[in-house]
Amino acid sequence: MAEAAAPLLPTQQEVAEHDPTSEIMELQMGPSHPATHGTIKFNLTLDGEKILNCDVEIGYLHRGFEKMCEQRTWNHCIPYTDRLNYASPLINNVAFAITAEQLLDVEVPERCQYIRVIMSEISRITDHLTCLGMAATEAGAISVGFYLMESRETLYDLVTAVTGARLTVSYARVGGVTHDLPHNFAARVRTAFADMRRILSDCDKLLSKNRIFIDRMSGVGTISPEDAISYSLTGPLLRATGVPYDVRKAQPYSGYDRFDFDIPTGTQGDNYDRFSVRFEEIRQSMRIIEQALDGIPSGPIRIDDPQITLPEKKQVYGNIEGLMNHFKLVIEGVKIPPGEAFQSVEGANGELGFYLVSDGSGRPYRVRVRPPCFFGMAALGEMLRGCLISDIITTFGMVNMIGGECDR
Amino acid sequence: MAEADIFSHIETAFPGTIQEQHSSHGNDTIVIDRGDLLTVLSQLKEHPDFAFNLLLDITGVDFFGKEPRFEVVYHLHSLTHNHRLRVKVRLTEESAELPSAASVWKSANWLEREVWDMFGITFTDHPDLRRILMYEEFRGHPLCKDYPVNKRQPLVEERDPITNPWHKG
Repeated sequence: MAEAAAPLLPTQQEVAEHDPTSEIMELQMGPSHPATHGTIKFNLTLDGEKILNCDVEIGYLHRGFEKMCEQRTWNHCIPYTDRLNYASPLINNVAFAITAEQLLDVEVPERCQYIRVIMSEISRITDHLTCLGMAATEAGAISVGFYLMESRETLYDLVTAVTGARLTVSYARVGGVTHDLPHNFAARVRTAFADMRRILSDCDKLLSKNRIFIDRMSGVGTISPEDAISYSLTGPLLRATGVPYDVRKAQPYSGYDRFDFDIPTGTQGDNYDRFSVRFEEIRQSMRIIEQALDGIPSGPIRIDDPQITLPEKKQVYGNIEGLMNHFKLVIEGVKIPPGEAFQSVEGANGELGFYLVSDGSGRPYRVRVRPPCFFGMAALGEMLRGCLISDIITTFGMVNMIGGECDR
Repeated sequence: MAEADIFSHIETAFPGTIQEQHSSHGNDTIVIDRGDLLTVLSQLKEHPDFAFNLLLDITGVDFFGKEPRFEVVYHLHSLTHNHRLRVKVRLTEESAELPSAASVWKSANWLEREVWDMFGITFTDHPDLRRILMYEEFRGHPLCKDYPVNKRQPLVEERDPITNPWHKG
């Protein structure tokens, strides 16, 4: 009876004794959260707003990339690779082609290597601009987001001029690239870069010494170099901890050893360092592209081997040998001798590797991608331990998970 | 370290454990028995001559119709010496299990979860072996060659994420 008559509201004393922040709360964030650009779920254990544990659930964008590739010929896999990291599709194209060429034991002509370097670096810049622009927007600096997106658009114009598409480029082929650069390409790139240098310097001034931005980024999402290596982090995430590992320098591919560029590193391994490393990498990529445009030789853009590359259209429509050659390559695919190869390139988010197994038929027996942001997501729980909920947004932005690549 | 060097170093460091070694397309490969896997991997990581501190990848390959059916492939990189090594373990279908490397590298945790999810290869002593890309109710292991590419999955009952969060296992 006495219990039933108890007041509905807690007494003054109960309010004073009860501390809501002492409760351990479980919160499920995602999979479709407005503040995370990407479909992912965080199962959080919270003490107040402090994160005690963060269990990351991925797989929401799994489309069976590896299984699909096993059903198609080697060159049919190229459009699928566009859809891995769709912020820098050209790097994925190039990585797949390079690994297949390694299995064939062939080397593409020098001009093709230069073109691949130029297009990969343009892709790296667009990827970094996306990452930085989004991260700045999420931290409240929305004008920086707009400036960087505008700058990215000028680069997408260049990509469109070369490949015919903004995102789904499918530009590389086993043994070369689809077509040559347009005739005024170097001049267009220089104009775009002059514009971009101005925008980058504006954004640098807006952010690098901005108190609010530094408070949101500095000392947040920190990871030690030892942990970063143990979690197999690569790319900007590893370099932000001070480890100068870059596949372009360590294991050069596609003639990267010809170019002079620096590897920016951080010291703290926090979000601010990741931001700075990416910012500086944009400048280094522009350096590489300018050197490549100065030194690009003339010559063929694909291997001249009827077993690997398609014949000229004149041959296909002009004589039966050309037509048959084209038909066999399209329907049966490039016959890659049995074997296996692992080759990696420096993707925008880290080391992007392909492990290909061939059984000698025209189709890959096994295609495995080493997606760089998969490892970033595995380490995210470690980075976020002890941080606040609002830090998830900036840290997640700086890990730059691309669902298509992480979940494949 | 030159290619010949790394094989002779491995030969001296692990006498009698290397079943097969070869170098193709610029990748040095060793094949070992699963019983030796953990000792070899942790030695490769800790030994200053190798110092393979970066685990690049763990993946599986299904050679359906051949015996042994599965191959689990580890790709290692050394940040100190800038060399690479591929370590392979072959597994039969009947005993598709091997020890977990999660105690050696933290990234092995998720990579092994993916191998289990995609191929059904179990890792003993794994801290948290559950599906990673697929959902809990998914039947089969999709990257196995005997999983048809157009196979349909049964409809899944709606799960209450509060009372039955599957991440709690």
